[in-house]
Amino acid sequence: MDAFLTSRPVADILGGLTNGVIYSLVALSLVLIWRSTRILNFAQGAMAMLAAYVGFAILAPTTNYWISMGVAVVAGIVLGGLTERTIVRALYGKPEINPVVAMVGFLLVLESVAAAIWSTVSRSLPTPFSIVDWQLRGRPVAMSPFALYEVVTAVVVMVVIAVVFQFTRVGLQLRAAALNPEVSRLLGVRVHRMLTVGWMLASGVGAITAVLVASNYFTGLTPTTMDGVFAFGFIAAAIGGLDSPVGALVSGVALGIAFQFVGDYLNSNAIILVALGLLIVSLMVRPNGVFTRRAQRRV
Amino acid sequence: MIGVSGLSVSYGAVQALRDVSFSAAPGKITTVLGANGAGKTTLLRTISGLVRPRAGEVTLEGDRITGTHAEDIVRRGVGHVPEGRGVIAEFTVEENLRLGSLIVRRSRAERQAAFERLYGQFPVLGERRRQSAGTLSGGERQMLAMARALVAEPRVLLLDEPSLGLAPLVTAELMSTISQLCATTGLTVILVEQNAKSALRIADQAVVLYIGRVVADDRAEVVAADERLRQYYLGLVE
Repeated sequence: MDAFLTSRPVADILGGLTNGVIYSLVALSLVLIWRSTRILNFAQGAMAMLAAYVGFAILAPTTNYWISMGVAVVAGIVLGGLTERTIVRALYGKPEINPVVAMVGFLLVLESVAAAIWSTVSRSLPTPFSIVDWQLRGRPVAMSPFALYEVVTAVVVMVVIAVVFQFTRVGLQLRAAALNPEVSRLLGVRVHRMLTVGWMLASGVGAITAVLVASNYFTGLTPTTMDGVFAFGFIAAAIGGLDSPVGALVSGVALGIAFQFVGDYLNSNAIILVALGLLIVSLMVRPNGVFTRRAQRRV
Repeated sequence: MIGVSGLSVSYGAVQALRDVSFSAAPGKITTVLGANGAGKTTLLRTISGLVRPRAGEVTLEGDRITGTHAEDIVRRGVGHVPEGRGVIAEFTVEENLRLGSLIVRRSRAERQAAFERLYGQFPVLGERRRQSAGTLSGGERQMLAMARALVAEPRVLLLDEPSLGLAPLVTAELMSTISQLCATTGLTVILVEQNAKSALRIADQAVVLYIGRVVADDRAEVVAADERLRQYYLGLVE
């Protein structure tokens, strides 16, 4: 058993799972926004990064990790709401290229602003748990207390989002507004407000993701911390289907594990190649995503 | 009681309604008839606040509701079952009802009791409450759309072509349901129909639209007996 747990494939699976849940969270944020507003939020990662800075750069070194995390999440939620109310609201009903250009532009603005205020020098964040892997009879298992915390946090976030959507009044309205805005209005749903709430939720998830990323990765927190993670999360969302939260979660974890194997058995430089290859193949075979029902909705 | 006066609506250069006036009384069915493109759907959409008129106004029990948002008009008691029913296919039957019930403040038990009453009235919905609404037949979807509007306890119910795509027998059943509802609850019903024959059978009042104008507004039996209207506007030629 011990030999199994410390074996190379299990190490790859555990390491991949830890990275994968992060891609899943990024993909989930993208799916939440896509489903309600049909906009691909290319600034998702940058918004999350800014929220993490607000939590950890402004408040550091006076406060503890959990307070900073809380402040980052609140900052993310506020930033998401403001973004929807200002930039995004002007984009509804416009040609598809407009939101793409606007959100990529917003990404660059946010990264420049963060660099201007906090510089591009990497800032290391405190970690609430040890990042040293557990040992079994002197051999490391590819899982540290911090990695476990990452996985548990991601699962908790996903469960909370699922419960909100499935079992609450707000969730019912969020889903209805996304599926049929006009009928929702006729039943009294304030659709515009729901779109704002959707962006707030997605950005809150983004902020948690950025904090996890910045406190684990060797890079720490920089204005571009989220770029790579966002790219992989985006690929996960595209493969899983932008309409499918479950697809986002499964393909995020699957990608994480696949990358780990590629990096371990082939070459870590091949990861991006494999990622793009998977994206192209999945778009060719199932352009709407692996997990999206083939007969497309739209009542 | 709904009052419509001098209502004009344009979509760009196209004028959909021109100076439309009529009123609909409580406990009565007012049917709005006319061919495709006569402006029937636009009329309902303007009453429920989805479309802003260029001129004229809509009043609910004497209060002007024109200019109010759709999501607020429904809170004032105007339920609108749109063209094509607007059932959310991805939701279960009960989720659709929960959506309809959002604007009424009720405890969980009261809400469930309201659902049970509707299941009593529409037994097929009760049997399929956990089923996704996408699996329902056309007639069942129409029942669900009506139940979803009724769960909010409206004073006025706007029905847009409820018989569209239904078999004659199902249409007859639906019309008798509407008629009973109206008689027992004092609801004001505005029924838009292309199926003039079955609508005139249950309606008290009939308004006939022709390219956005009112060409007749009279008791249903008078409109039904008018040869000229039957022939030129309603397509009821024997």
